[in-house]
Amino acid sequence: MRPRASVVAGAVALVLAGCGAPGGEAAGGGVAGTVTVFAAASLTASFDRIGRDFEAAHPGSTVVFNFAGSSALATQITEGAPADVFASAAPQHLAAVTTADGVNGAAGTPAVFVRNQLVIAVAAGNPEGVRSLSDLTRPGLKVALCAEQVPCGSAARRALDAAGVTLTPVTLEADVRGALAKVRLGEVDAALVYRTDTRAAAPDVTAVEFPESAQAVNDYPIAVLADAPNPTAAHAFVAHVRSAQSQAVLTEAGFQAP
Amino acid sequence: MTLIEHPLRRPAGSRRPRGSRRRGGGVPVALLLPALLGLAFLTLPLIGLLARTPWSTLPQRLTEPGVLAALRLSLLTATLATLLCLLLGVPLAWLLARLEFPGRRLVRALVTVPLVLPPVVGGVALLLVFGRRGLIGGWLDQTLGITLPFTTTGVVFAEAFVAMPFLVIAVEGALRGADRRYEEAAATLGAGRWTTFTHVTVPLVGPGLAAGAVLCWARALGEFGATITFAGNYPGRTQTMPLAVYLALETDVEAAIVLSLILLVVSVVILAGLRDRWISTP
Repeated sequence: MRPRASVVAGAVALVLAGCGAPGGEAAGGGVAGTVTVFAAASLTASFDRIGRDFEAAHPGSTVVFNFAGSSALATQITEGAPADVFASAAPQHLAAVTTADGVNGAAGTPAVFVRNQLVIAVAAGNPEGVRSLSDLTRPGLKVALCAEQVPCGSAARRALDAAGVTLTPVTLEADVRGALAKVRLGEVDAALVYRTDTRAAAPDVTAVEFPESAQAVNDYPIAVLADAPNPTAAHAFVAHVRSAQSQAVLTEAGFQAP
Repeated sequence: MTLIEHPLRRPAGSRRPRGSRRRGGGVPVALLLPALLGLAFLTLPLIGLLARTPWSTLPQRLTEPGVLAALRLSLLTATLATLLCLLLGVPLAWLLARLEFPGRRLVRALVTVPLVLPPVVGGVALLLVFGRRGLIGGWLDQTLGITLPFTTTGVVFAEAFVAMPFLVIAVEGALRGADRRYEEAAATLGAGRWTTFTHVTVPLVGPGLAAGAVLCWARALGEFGATITFAGNYPGRTQTMPLAVYLALETDVEAAIVLSLILLVVSVVILAGLRDRWISTP
């Protein structure tokens, strides 16, 4: 299951960070050693590429990722997982590590590096002809939403409120991938997910844009953590993520510039 | 139960006088040490939970309507899943233990598939069979208008799928360990196969059956991955306690701990109560 896998990843990151950290200070002024990045699951594909670009630009450096739900990552960080950088899918999870007992707070102001917006995910080719949020209330149409406890669910709530649409979903999924999987398997006719998720799931899934999603934009903040084992490389990585090169990678994946 | 009150009962046990159980002195350290370590390994996480429990807010959390709905649904679905497993699993265990047939090893391995399969994958597999586009589900939907995903029945299916191997393995083990002479004696006394099964075999493997059912129920009660994948998560209909705990974890770790404790306490109370009543421990 996902939380277990992320704990294992955290443990692996811990070992690797332990090995790599001393090297971080060695290369005179330069960036070297291992930089451990905890990043929201929705960033997986983009950050894998951005990480490879970073390693190419800084020979001698290694980027180790731990991808999971932002809240799970925040819990791991407050429980002492040695991370250098935290890229969260929602500001509150970064705030959680900043305020939690000062154990491993964010150093400096978190910067929003990218934004994500909701779309209606439907089966390839949109067989039900969904055009707007109000179409989702059609009788017989099965809709999956995320639970309001997770970012995609609270965003969906804001968008539906903005549109004045009341709908009864068949399920409130625990994460966005669950909602998307139900569309891919044909168990629901539509789901509210992020645009980046539908890009990754193409061509199995078609995205229907809707104007009210502007009311429910998710900010993704990134920060170097206070207890970062390798702060030099961590700051370099954050700068790299905010560079034009990386922003192009993120835009291609469906993210918007902040 | 009367048929097994027979002079032949426990031929091995009769050789063991009651007072001799402790003969040979204390417990060997080679066993005691790992045993205590094992116990600590299993219970320390629980102690971790207890240490972080916000006791002051416990009563008000308990009375939240969502919590009671999830708890009720969990108890209901786990019990129905266990009944389904007993109905299908005991005959399957009997088949595996008593019948020689080609491919029996393969069948036995297949029974353990849900144990090995990550539950989320199990849930996807159930969707591929019982889902709206599934092998059987498509037909059910079109001809009978029955859909299983996102229903309470779907929760029972997911839990039974994951929990049944525990019952089958326990009961099969008990059947293999049981003395077949009682069944043969019953047969020679004129009992039919069905009567022998219900009046001799089942009581004979009673403790194994009960242990299997308890394992099955406990596994069903804690089921998360297959349930959320196959049945989704909707309060009152498919949101069981583990699902409520997982979602609470997203926003409020303390709430998640309290919910876990409630589930834990309720299951321990029920199992302890059943043990006194139904399960005779030697």
